[in-house]
Amino acid sequence: MFQRSQPDKAERTVTLTIDGRSVTAREGDTVAAAMLAAGIPHCRTTPISGVPRAPYCMMGVCFDCLVVVDGVGNRQGCLVRVRDGMTVELQSGKRGLP
Amino acid sequence: MNPVAIRDSYDVAIIGAGPAGLAAATLCAKGGLSTVLFDEQASVGGQIFRAIEETPVTDKRVLGASYWRGMDLTRAFRSSGAQYVPEATVWSLTPEREIGVSLHGGSVLTAARRVVICTGALERPFPIPGWTLPGVMSAGAAQILLKSAGLLPAGRTVLAGCGPLLWLIAWQYLNAGAQLSAILDTTPAGNRARALPHLLPFLFSGYFRDGMKLLRAVKREAPVIADITSLRAIGDDRVTHVEYRRGNGAAQRLAVDNLFLHQGVAPNVNLPMAVGIKHRWSDEQLCWVPVLDAYGNASIDGIAIAGDGAGIAGAEAAEWRGRLAAMAAARALGRSVPDPEETHVRDELARCLRGRPFLDALYRPARIFRQPSGDTVVCRCEETTASQIIDAIALGCPGPNQMKVFLRCGMGPCQGRLCGLTVTELIAEHRGLSPQEVGYYRLRPPVKPITVGELAALPKTDAALYAVTRM
Ligand code: FES
Repeated sequence: MFQRSQPDKAERTVTLTIDGRSVTAREGDTVAAAMLAAGIPHCRTTPISGVPRAPYCMMGVCFDCLVVVDGVGNRQGCLVRVRDGMTVELQSGKRGLP
Repeated sequence: MNPVAIRDSYDVAIIGAGPAGLAAATLCAKGGLSTVLFDEQASVGGQIFRAIEETPVTDKRVLGASYWRGMDLTRAFRSSGAQYVPEATVWSLTPEREIGVSLHGGSVLTAARRVVICTGALERPFPIPGWTLPGVMSAGAAQILLKSAGLLPAGRTVLAGCGPLLWLIAWQYLNAGAQLSAILDTTPAGNRARALPHLLPFLFSGYFRDGMKLLRAVKREAPVIADITSLRAIGDDRVTHVEYRRGNGAAQRLAVDNLFLHQGVAPNVNLPMAVGIKHRWSDEQLCWVPVLDAYGNASIDGIAIAGDGAGIAGAEAAEWRGRLAAMAAARALGRSVPDPEETHVRDELARCLRGRPFLDALYRPARIFRQPSGDTVVCRCEETTASQIIDAIALGCPGPNQMKVFLRCGMGPCQGRLCGLTVTELIAEHRGLSPQEVGYYRLRPPVKPITVGELAALPKTDAALYAVTRM
């Protein structure tokens, strides 16, 4: 659970859709940070046992932040920045080859 | 679509824009070498100076002087003339110094006469029961969220583990007005005595005073529970409690919304090992370190390693190591960098390294938290448990590479980054060998997963075409 440290500071925001929800994020946020700030409980479910996972490392090494960004699967949410109009879906289990 | 012009070759290619990479690139460019700096992140700074040019945390007291120090380095780099390529993942480096870079969904190949790998460190795996639950995250990740997005934890937050970074993030959180329910300190009780013989050099390293001030400030404001000997994150879809023991005491529970774990950092070996650079096991730092000469040159000609990837020494040492590597690169290419003096660089590096043996001994993570047992997940990607690994060892599985075949552990997308040290240590322990004898996963390019489409779209040589089509 996270909150913005300066919630009312005037900053440029972008609006995107995450898991069917309209989410406002700070410009410059990564997808993973935007998801955590919006209280979205997990990014993906695992291919083996189907349990939920949320970002663990935020630096591109653990791959627990894998999401589908604008239809492309297996994107690391902690390395991709939010953009206006972006659509992010949670990734469930295994992805087929693109 | 490739808006960045990547040349066919450079004098020097630097990989990673943390303190070592920024310092190395600045000096190389100043010395008149054509220099490129590839970095996976969208902004400069690496993890220690993460988002330094754009952090929303503008009150300088929150992140502190050790963070803002990065500003000078960044400015010098920006005006150096080195080419900076962000959001660029280097997935391949050959001993001939050909470099494969993934950039905006496509791949490009380039080459360099010298390469300096500055890919830094990773947090050491912290395999406790429940560490895969949402709501559990590394303390480094929590710190990145603060630096890059201004996010603070909400609800009940517990930090657990040991090491300087754990105290630093606690201090930064308190500066920012966040509440901490507890800090569960896993530093083994015997560490203090073992660190004592190294205390004197640490006192003179320049880190002592600031470190003590920071520790005192944290202990004043947050409940610290020391001598933690077991940890478990509990919850179904999300962590709800952390269970812990002090010494030989009974298990106790705290309700949590966030649990942040940290027990030190280790060099990120994936790229250098995939090139074939020789590494050795460090018993002091409990990790693999590359075998390097005094300038950071590795066992493969023309490739150097600087920064924490050369062995954990912290951000300031990383800068000086970056400069040394740059000087060696310039000299090898028939140039020289007049400034700073090499002796000055060496003295500064020596000063930064002076306190290391003390810190290594004091914050050496407990065996129980490095070598898990039972149902604890070791490989997060393939969900392999400690008992599966221990059973495979009993069945005769001799090393980490065979473990991949037995259990697929280490074969997921993270390529062993979150399990490799644990697997090596578990095998060593259960076979009565040293980690050096057990070895590590054999790593191969691509060191980051890339799509087959990206590979197929690369320009092909005639020889490669002939090999497939025979035409
Ligand atoms: S959170 Fe670990 S790779 Fe993104």
